[in-house]
Amino acid sequence: MAARKKPKLAVWKFASCDGCQLSLLDCEDELLEVAGVIEIANFPEASRAVKRGPYDISLVEGSITTPHDAMRIQKVRRMSKLLITIGACATGGGIQALRNFKDIKDFVSIVYARPDYIETLTKSTPIDDHVFVDCELRGCPINKYQLLEVISALLNDRKPNIPKYSVCMECKQKGNVCVMVSKGIPCLGPVTQVGCDALCPSYQRGCFGCFGPMETPNTISMSERFGELGIKADDIIRTYRTYNSYSESFRRESEAYER
Amino acid sequence: MKDKSAKKPDKKKTKTIKVDYLARVEGEGAFNIKIKGGEVIDAKLKIFEPPRFFEAFLVGRRFDEAPDITSRICGICPIAYQMSSIQAMEAAFDVKVHPQIRALRRLFYLGEWIQSHALHVFMLHAPDFLGYEDAFQMAKDHGDLVKMALDLKKMGNDIVILIGGREIHPLSACVGGFYKVPTKRGLESLVERLKWGIEASVKTVQFVGGLTFPELAADYEFVSLRHDDEYPICEGRLVSNKGLDIAISDYDDYFEEEHVKHSTSLHAHIRARGSYFVGPLARFNLNFDRLTPLAQEQAKSVGFEPGCVNSFKSIIARAVELVYACEEALRIIQQYEMPPNAKVEVKPNGMTGYGCTEAPRGILYHRYVVDGHGIIRSATIVPPTSQNQKTIENDLFNFAQNNIEMPEDELTWRCEQVVRNYDPCISCSCHFLKLNIERIE
Ligand code: SF4
Ligand code: SF4
Repeated sequence: MAARKKPKLAVWKFASCDGCQLSLLDCEDELLEVAGVIEIANFPEASRAVKRGPYDISLVEGSITTPHDAMRIQKVRRMSKLLITIGACATGGGIQALRNFKDIKDFVSIVYARPDYIETLTKSTPIDDHVFVDCELRGCPINKYQLLEVISALLNDRKPNIPKYSVCMECKQKGNVCVMVSKGIPCLGPVTQVGCDALCPSYQRGCFGCFGPMETPNTISMSERFGELGIKADDIIRTYRTYNSYSESFRRESEAYER
Repeated sequence: MKDKSAKKPDKKKTKTIKVDYLARVEGEGAFNIKIKGGEVIDAKLKIFEPPRFFEAFLVGRRFDEAPDITSRICGICPIAYQMSSIQAMEAAFDVKVHPQIRALRRLFYLGEWIQSHALHVFMLHAPDFLGYEDAFQMAKDHGDLVKMALDLKKMGNDIVILIGGREIHPLSACVGGFYKVPTKRGLESLVERLKWGIEASVKTVQFVGGLTFPELAADYEFVSLRHDDEYPICEGRLVSNKGLDIAISDYDDYFEEEHVKHSTSLHAHIRARGSYFVGPLARFNLNFDRLTPLAQEQAKSVGFEPGCVNSFKSIIARAVELVYACEEALRIIQQYEMPPNAKVEVKPNGMTGYGCTEAPRGILYHRYVVDGHGIIRSATIVPPTSQNQKTIENDLFNFAQNNIEMPEDELTWRCEQVVRNYDPCISCSCHFLKLNIERIE
């Protein structure tokens, strides 16, 4: 019938909140169309039908936090032609990487009465610590239009257009008044990668870095600026330690204030 | 997903049906049903979601970070987490917000109910009743219905986006109010769509009311919030059909959580009584009199009345709540006036705060101890799915027992459906659902 076979898409979940994969179902206007051009071969959140691999595109959500998952991601990689990480959990370890700065044993015993039932790794790590990643989408959650862009670029053999500059640029383009200059609100926009359409400043709050560090962020002068605004060291640490706390530059900067 | 090899009878004459993932639930889990000599001997819902330790790393964070951080527990109901944590903090610090801020929160939350219910009714649950593997297949035969579902879901999302900036982990809500509130004109852009939404929801009730429901009944204890004059969403007392009627600050005296070996999600139960049932069916049964006349009339028109104890009919409760949610959202928008301030100032003190709101899947309880500097010293979060876990296991047990003669493929699918009756959000409680029916002969 059809001349070309539909490419197969699989969605995988590791430690996460499901928000990033839900973005796919949130493409209400495009969903049925997407389902028409690609074969949704493995997407447990939406379907009980599962087709065997290999898959042309794998979307991977979540971070690696258990020994079992560390093995499972290897299998996923072997079954996937292209592997795309979606969201801060997968690209940076996610909010659950806050454990990386503490003793995990204390964490387990705060939440669970029987720590011996729990199997977990001491660190929550991003997917590219474990396997080769072809393309990553930032954000907690990702921007669904970036997701559609990546899928359509890959289907058409072109490079996805995912800019890597800072939130500040987008914020200025939008004509926002800078919340840091005008109101003294601390904002991570200058060091955070774009993709959200500068949402937080548009809602009168500072960016909290959910898209993670941009390419070569100047976090040192960012923190100095926070200092000038009267932000204390503890709060500076907390500012870098949210959804991308384990991304290299945010981690280094927060650790610098811990000493 | 079925493992075909498992269908072959094995040498020890133990028949096993194995499903690696329970699909169409938010998250991953497993269940195990053991059948011996025609009797079900055990049914366990296993949850293996990698633990994420929210309650541990909240310790040492600032009180005003709780709404954003806890919303990352679940991408399907982030507003529920934001609202329960905000309520807890505001209760601790005795913060009073403007009535329009309160109304706006309710509207925001209704947006989440609409998107979540539309998703579950049509995309996750209806395919079970009609025998499709998923909504994509269902769309081939019921295109108009799936299209309507997507539009309804999108409308719910658009309410959330308008108030909160984005549909998943919206970012405008905070302790004390909102960072920014919408204008009246902004909200009015939703009026025509909500009117359509009411009609679409009515069609939804009629559609789900006409489905065929497998038989299942139990002597449940339904628990939900109850408010003096509203259908409960953001606040109320905790009540049940067995006489519970308490302030949410007394939650810990009546409920407890237990850590069981087969789950990384804690099991909650009522002290000295056992399992209970939260969610749309519980809300409907306990608050029918607080629904709008249209929602009541719609429920009755399909023979769905309070006192219903068939959990398969939760899908009707969701549809009826869709009617209510669209009407209530419309009412709030029509009466909206932009409040003078988006938020009030909050002064933290060393207090304990309790919050409990009705997430789409049922009550979500938060408790925080905050010190005088506004730093969280302890946090407890009890999501709806961990409260329903024991009830789901009981349903599985009873359903498998009553249908022990059913062919295994069908029994497997029906049991999955039993779990999906609760729309379990395993991200909330934890993740990983495997289905396993074991017959020992
Ligand atoms: S990145 Fe954020 S939205 Fe995405 S799965 Fe992780 S916690 Fe959820
Ligand atoms: S402004 Fe920053 S924190 Fe806000 S959505 Fe964008 S990247 Fe995320």
